[in-house]
Amino acid sequence: MSEIALQAEGIVAGYVPDLTILRDVDITVKRGSITVVIGPNGAGKSTLIKAIAGLVPKSAGRIVHEGLDISDIRPDQLAVSGITYVPQMDNIFRTLTVRQNLDLSLRGLKSGGYSRRDELCTLFPALAEKQNEKAGGLSGGQRQFLAIAMALAVSPKLILMDEPSAGLSPKAAQDVLERLRRLVEDGVTILLVEQNVKQALRLADHCYILAEGRNQIDGPAADLLADPVVGEIYLGAKRMRAE
Amino acid sequence: MIQNLADGILVGSVLSLGAIGLTMVMHMLRFANFSHAELLSIGAYSALVFDAVYSAIFPFMAAKIGPLSMTWALALSMVFAIAITACSALLIDKLVFRRVRELGSELSMVFAAFGVALIIRNVIGLFFGLGTHLYSKDIVFAVVVSRDPLLLIKPDQVFTLVAALAIMIVLHFVLSRTTLGYALRAVAENPDLAQVNGIRLSHMIALVWLVGGALAAIAGVFYGLTNQISPIIGRDLVLPIFAATIVGGIGSIYGAVAGGFIVGIAANVSLIVLPSGYIPSVPFIIILVVLLIRPNGLFGEARA
Repeated sequence: MSEIALQAEGIVAGYVPDLTILRDVDITVKRGSITVVIGPNGAGKSTLIKAIAGLVPKSAGRIVHEGLDISDIRPDQLAVSGITYVPQMDNIFRTLTVRQNLDLSLRGLKSGGYSRRDELCTLFPALAEKQNEKAGGLSGGQRQFLAIAMALAVSPKLILMDEPSAGLSPKAAQDVLERLRRLVEDGVTILLVEQNVKQALRLADHCYILAEGRNQIDGPAADLLADPVVGEIYLGAKRMRAE
Repeated sequence: MIQNLADGILVGSVLSLGAIGLTMVMHMLRFANFSHAELLSIGAYSALVFDAVYSAIFPFMAAKIGPLSMTWALALSMVFAIAITACSALLIDKLVFRRVRELGSELSMVFAAFGVALIIRNVIGLFFGLGTHLYSKDIVFAVVVSRDPLLLIKPDQVFTLVAALAIMIVLHFVLSRTTLGYALRAVAENPDLAQVNGIRLSHMIALVWLVGGALAAIAGVFYGLTNQISPIIGRDLVLPIFAATIVGGIGSIYGAVAGGFIVGIAANVSLIVLPSGYIPSVPFIIILVVLLIRPNGLFGEARA
């Protein structure tokens, strides 16, 4: 079996036909790893992950998951095929309760939905206590855990995450990112976009840096973290040394 | 006062049924569907046709149901009217709204809705004439519920209220207890997130049109039971139904129910102080007051 979980080649995409945001982007995600995409604001990071999730139209390029071409697959079919996407904001249904959010994600399962819900609540104890509360009332960290639990509901092979630490306190962000590492240990592959560059590089196995909708640099996350040029341009090297 | 309040509640139940469908469509597809009230006309006229057919073929079905003016033929006709109106709603979306949605802006959708409303209204006028029709020509006397204060209610009105409330309870059960209901609410709240959670958007949109059309058909027949049927039902009801939707908050099913009753009661209670000619302005006033106090309506939430 190939060790590549996802391969995107020559992706050209944008929200409207005349405005291309991604220009020939390539990305490869190894099975059982965390791959992070970083870059300045407007680099096209979120667009890339949305294009893979089928939410942004692609005008060129090919995306292959586990040997299967998923370039033109609908977003709802993607979830069924083992890829789930966790958006940056609005990643839970605020007007539904925690339990209803989970049940909605579990509806694709033919059987065992209730036991799977219990498993998810065991995995995220904070959610178990709030099952009957409206998800809109959860704290930022709890919302992110609910979003991850929803993504895990159908036992995905690959999770696409858009800035899971955005808007969280440093402690909550740390909790969420640590939880991602544990998921990978359980066999899930993760592709995430992060603004919290240092934390992301410490967490990830491989990193891609995008700028102006194009690939700039990629390599093992640890190497990029230690690279003085990358540090200077993208990570605020002086500040890092001071820390 | 009591009589006006009772009449308002009864009218409100019909408006609520219309507003539920409208709020679902407006929230999910993000456009003001000014043709929604015409679905009530389609429902009312479909039932009129089937009622005549059944009564002619099966004379025993022309018998009234208990104290109601409704016949067994009309009751059966309602089922067919629901099917025809629901399918019409779906067909209109496929022929017009979906194409405009894929090509144009929200404003184009609004203009398309106006066009659809005019076409439906005039096609009905072309086939059925511009005059009025009745489901039953028999006079149904109101029952004196109270003499002091005087309160008169027709059995048909009680039936429509009870039936409308029963439908709302069923809808509430579906939305709050079933995963299909969660899916509908999820799509209304965040279509992209719903899709990545495995919900097929096109199926949900079709379902919303079917449910909206079915409820509109029921509202149309109920309206026809207690009023005259004419091609301008849609024109007369579009504003109160819109007011009910906006007052309740776009996207809120429960808001639509509350909004329907608020608009119905306010319009009827206003008759005490306003000449009847001014009553059509009452929904406008309610919209203005509610939007000034709560811009998202009573039960609505701000959305991106």
